Amino acid sequence: MRVLTFASRNTKEITRDIMTSIFGIAFPIVLLLLLSLINKSIPQGSGPDLFEIQKLAPGITVFGLSFLSLFSSMLIAKDRTASFVLRLFTSPLKPSDFILGYTLPMLPMALLQSAICYVAALFFGLELSVNLLLAVVVNIPIAIVFIALGLLFGSVLSEKAVGGVCGALLTNLSAWFSNIWFDTSLVGGAFAKVADLLPFSHAVNAARAAVAGDFGAIFPDLWWVIGYAVVLLTAAIIIFSAKIKKN
Amino acid sequence: MEAIKTTDLTKKYKDKTAVKELNLTVHQGELYALLGVNGAGKSTTIKMLSCLTQPTLGDAQLMGHSVISDSASVKSLMNVSPQETAVAAKLSVRENLEFIARIYGRDKKDARKKADEMIEKFSMEEVQKSKAGTLSGGWQRHLSIAMALISDPEILFLDEPTLGLDVLARRELWHLIEKLKGKMTIILTTHYLEEAESLSDRVGIMAHGKLCAEGTAEELKKQAGTDDFEEAFIKLAGEGV
Repeated sequence: MRVLTFASRNTKEITRDIMTSIFGIAFPIVLLLLLSLINKSIPQGSGPDLFEIQKLAPGITVFGLSFLSLFSSMLIAKDRTASFVLRLFTSPLKPSDFILGYTLPMLPMALLQSAICYVAALFFGLELSVNLLLAVVVNIPIAIVFIALGLLFGSVLSEKAVGGVCGALLTNLSAWFSNIWFDTSLVGGAFAKVADLLPFSHAVNAARAAVAGDFGAIFPDLWWVIGYAVVLLTAAIIIFSAKIKKN
Repeated sequence: MEAIKTTDLTKKYKDKTAVKELNLTVHQGELYALLGVNGAGKSTTIKMLSCLTQPTLGDAQLMGHSVISDSASVKSLMNVSPQETAVAAKLSVRENLEFIARIYGRDKKDARKKADEMIEKFSMEEVQKSKAGTLSGGWQRHLSIAMALISDPEILFLDEPTLGLDVLARRELWHLIEKLKGKMTIILTTHYLEEAESLSDRVGIMAHGKLCAEGTAEELKKQAGTDDFEEAFIKLAGEGV
């Protein structure tokens, strides 16, 4: 019960911030619109196939989820700065309540964000199919990766620093290494290797496979993302719990 | 009955001893002010008593429960109004109150009833629907204390409750604190000496992590050989260095 009360408070704090709507929903849809228009104006076959809607839409949904890190880290950092978290540390809330309370509101948000993005993509030519529901579900592990990164950074960085790290650095890095905007294998070398080691391109590949109905191709990539989600969430729990004890 | 009893309570941070073998007793229903210059150990003491940090040595009992071995019981019987107002900025006044009531175990209906009580007690009817982040400093302090009181704590920690408030808002808050006297045990930390002198039953003066003087404001003035409380504080805190 306590954890749901805390999760409900966190949901209100995040959804009442206009930046959530701008970055979480409006920005990915605007990108989808712009890139679809650009793609349409390029003669068929001469542009990159990455911008074709069946490849672009899954990529944009993953990119949109990178803002979850910003939302969760900002909330935690603000709670720390305002000593609100200090007040809660003296309450009967347990460390697990904090982790769940900060994580739970993000999951429905992630599902909603992906769903809205796919619905918007229907207007730009994406074929309506049951695979889109699967694609929304396939995005859950990468959503957990971004939420865990937000918990981690929000626990250790200041409110100001967290905006730079999660708002600029992380969203850019995750975009560069994601295969959304360009094929990382074309860059080659260390860049392609790093992209392959990180979870972002695997998340995009899995989402694209789900949209395409290529079910066999989902899991090799999704295991990679699930592994990252487990490791990062565990790290976030350990660091957040350590911060509580260190006070 | 003793509400708080510390036994050789000590906190060390690497080479620095923030609180050294503190032996403090606060009686039930008492308003006890903890005074000291910056770095005297007041905040660390409050942190240990409110289970925010573990003592390095010694122990503290709150209503007979140890902060080390029974922190869950301690947390359920006390509440804190931190130095910063510590309110949820995007929740309304009422939502803040109901949120705290619910994490202390009240159901929805009960939490609403308690929030009504607090809104009336703190005259917050006009601002109950306003977002906490939009309130003035004075109203945020009112809300912060109301949030600490909504769980009906047996022990209340008020850490610099009037810091940064103008004279009128401070006086208003003093009246509120005065009304709470006797109903619960209150530990007040403050830099305003007149606040401690006017509100508290007893005052403890800390310097360099140690309790260097303790008594009523009158007793402390007598001990220091002066009629002025500020002079007494300077003398007694200076002796403790």
